[in-house]
Amino acid sequence: MDLIKAIEAEQIKENVKQFNIGDTVKVFYKIIEGKTERIQVFEGVCIARRGEGAKKTFTIRKISYGVGVERIFPLNSPKIDKIEVVRLGKVRRAKLYYLRNRVGKRAKIAELIEKKAARTTGIKIHEDQPEETKPEK
Amino acid sequence: MLALIGKKIGMTQVFDETGLRVPVTVVHVDSNYIVYKRTKEKQGYDAVAVGGIPLKKSRITKPYAGQFTKEIPPLRVLLEIKDYEKDCEAGEVLDISLFEDVKFVDVRGVSKGKGFQGVMKRHGFHGGRKTHGSKLHREPGSTGQNSSPSRVFKGKRMAGHMGHEKCTVQNLKLVGIDKEKKVMLIKGAVPGVRDGLLIITKAKKKK
Repeated sequence: MDLIKAIEAEQIKENVKQFNIGDTVKVFYKIIEGKTERIQVFEGVCIARRGEGAKKTFTIRKISYGVGVERIFPLNSPKIDKIEVVRLGKVRRAKLYYLRNRVGKRAKIAELIEKKAARTTGIKIHEDQPEETKPEK
Repeated sequence: MLALIGKKIGMTQVFDETGLRVPVTVVHVDSNYIVYKRTKEKQGYDAVAVGGIPLKKSRITKPYAGQFTKEIPPLRVLLEIKDYEKDCEAGEVLDISLFEDVKFVDVRGVSKGKGFQGVMKRHGFHGGRKTHGSKLHREPGSTGQNSSPSRVFKGKRMAGHMGHEKCTVQNLKLVGIDKEKKVMLIKGAVPGVRDGLLIITKAKKKK
């Protein structure tokens, strides 16, 4: 299995922006049309993160013209130009699939106010800290 | 024909040059040896024997070890291949770089054992209805006619042992070769369990 880990280590991207479940993020995704390349922005709430090593993915949900749209991105995809965190979310679950059954105001996620969170829990969220890579066992 | 002996490590994914995910099987290919050579003049046909995967010391018997010359350690797998594409001599060490220009491969192995299985899983029979009073669910149904021929024809597909048999998967794309790690990345699944033996050959039908 160590060989697999070694191969996956080559695939893992450095300096991936850190974000959590419930955060509203902007994903800048490269699209190749023939010879030209352009960047498309997909903005929405991160409702799930799954996978291990190089296989990590995250799911972004947004409401587009009244229709819920979900997109799954591989976290280490070279097609992702960058990820921006727009708003921090205050959630108590790792998977926010319950948002699928909600519309309008009920589908909103409370904003996590950083200072307050730091005061009550002692955890500071550094915005520009890259994703921590797990130490290999 | 080109062939090497390897070991299945497992599956993962890699990103290709366009940024898409490709599912790959990781195959470890350590040094392979040319154990002996057959020539047209002597034996009537051209062939080489490729051997791979050294044996544990406790598993070596003297008669078995006698096949190998001093430079070559006793190997677990010996495979005689007719008309080997590369010109090589007995005692030569083959490594993964042999497959550098190869795009597609065939992979031979022994499939995973599934035990005693019924006809639905083993042969893809449809079975009976699950509901509406049906009393025939996963059974094979009739196995033949009546007093003539008054026997079941040979080869009738029935329940029995499934898996653990030789299996070849053809035309798999060779995604990459890592010479340092001695690893081949083959797109898709290959037969067998992890750590199982595999014979990787150049694809017969696809170039």
